[in-house]
Amino acid sequence: MASENLIEIRDVNFTYDVRPVLKGINMTIPRGKVVAIMGLSGCGKTTLLRLIGAQILPTSGQVVVDGQVTSELDSEGVYALRRRMGMLFQFGALFTDMTVFDNVAFQMREHTDLPESIIRDLVMMKLHAVGLHAVWNMRPAELSGGMARRVALARAIALDPMLIMYDEPFTGLDPLAMSVIGNLVRRLNDALGATSIIVTHDVQESLQIVDYIYFMADGVVIAQGTPEEIRNSDTPFVHQFVHGEIDGPMAFHYPAPPYSADLGLEAGHG
Amino acid sequence: MVERFLAAVRGIGHRVVDAVWRMGYAARFFVATLFHSGASFRRFHLTIKEIYFSGVLSLIIILVSGLFVGMVLGLQGYETLQKYGSESALGTLVALSLVRELGPVLAALLFASRAGSAITAEIGLMKATEQLSAMEMMAVDPIARVVAPRFWGGVISMPLLAALFSAIGVFGGYLVGVVLIGVDEGQFWSQMQAAVDFREDIVNGVIKSVVFGIAVTAIALFEGYDAPPTAEGVSHATTRTVVTSSLAVLALDFVLTAFMFRGV
Repeated sequence: MASENLIEIRDVNFTYDVRPVLKGINMTIPRGKVVAIMGLSGCGKTTLLRLIGAQILPTSGQVVVDGQVTSELDSEGVYALRRRMGMLFQFGALFTDMTVFDNVAFQMREHTDLPESIIRDLVMMKLHAVGLHAVWNMRPAELSGGMARRVALARAIALDPMLIMYDEPFTGLDPLAMSVIGNLVRRLNDALGATSIIVTHDVQESLQIVDYIYFMADGVVIAQGTPEEIRNSDTPFVHQFVHGEIDGPMAFHYPAPPYSADLGLEAGHG
Repeated sequence: MVERFLAAVRGIGHRVVDAVWRMGYAARFFVATLFHSGASFRRFHLTIKEIYFSGVLSLIIILVSGLFVGMVLGLQGYETLQKYGSESALGTLVALSLVRELGPVLAALLFASRAGSAITAEIGLMKATEQLSAMEMMAVDPIARVVAPRFWGGVISMPLLAALFSAIGVFGGYLVGVVLIGVDEGQFWSQMQAAVDFREDIVNGVIKSVVFGIAVTAIALFEGYDAPPTAEGVSHATTRTVVTSSLAVLALDFVLTAFMFRGV
């Protein structure tokens, strides 16, 4: 019954007010893989995650998650689907009025009737998986950016989800924390038998850990392939993006005064 | 000239439509809060936590203000009453003023500035830091988990705070009137007991404070939930909570008083 693809996005258009954000997107995310969606800021990547999480519905087209079309689900169906998803937000979005322990235990307490002793063991296991079981009684405000991101990751995998979504997981991290998170993404995906989607503009970190990449610009998919294919791609846009070159077709996508357009540096690091 | 006029009319139209739309949104939000209140009672510890934050932590400001308001009432009341030789009615004056009006209204105004602003800021920041989105993605409805317990926490706290305000206010009046000035203690209490009616005065005062509790907490929650997710947005929302809920309390007080005490 389970198809090979966990997620299928079919001819999806999404318009915000009158501004088209996504234009005719087609994507498939196979089970068990780590897939990256890359592109410049504002190209519609995060919108895509919100569509998969059914926080918003497509203007036209279909988003199919594990065989279910999101726009055909009622609110109970949406919540049932989300229980099998985990999401890591850009800056963690930990609940600041709770300890690290309570953050990770949150979903277990909300969705299960497990006794506290078992919840305690599970939380410690999840925290151990991200290397942070020592900080269980700290508050989010006491953690560094990288640690908060890892705790949020432990919370995202609390109920062993079938799908883990990462919204810009590398933003604002030092290189060490970045590679720790990168490794965790890969290891947790394989250990849990889950499927992962990473929305990012960090090319070098992602190319090392993902199985497949979609490139987006201006609301359309402009290139896709395995990391090897992407590295060797001669599509001008992809080449410029991957190698962080200042000049290339990217400037074309920014109808701006010449000075700003010349600051195409964003293409490499932004 | 004509275009300027049309632009002005369009501007007014936009604002009116926005205001009406926002009122409709607020009403839907209020209904959703009531509709999703089940968990607040099934898991009452969530509501108890909010009663602690809105109620218990407001105690100091409520008690200190109540004491001083009662003492001022004692002083001013004595000044006026003794001109007519009826200083024995001081207890009645202090008690009725507090139980009918000052207790519910002042406690609600203090509650709006102490607890209402805190609720708005907290929910606004939770939204700005994506905590509410994260909750939604974890298949937990933020209205049921975050908003409804705070609503009931506020609604339960408000009448209790108003009652404490009135009680300590009466004690303040007693301190000034009886202990300091020397009004007869027996007359102070007995006249109060004879004049204050349970149904007419105390129950009506409690009804007022429940209504104020609903208004202040609902406004605070809505402003926080609707705040733009920026530092500026949250700060504006907090200010709006205090201003709007204070005005709402005073306006509602007039309406309720008009219905309750018609000089019968």
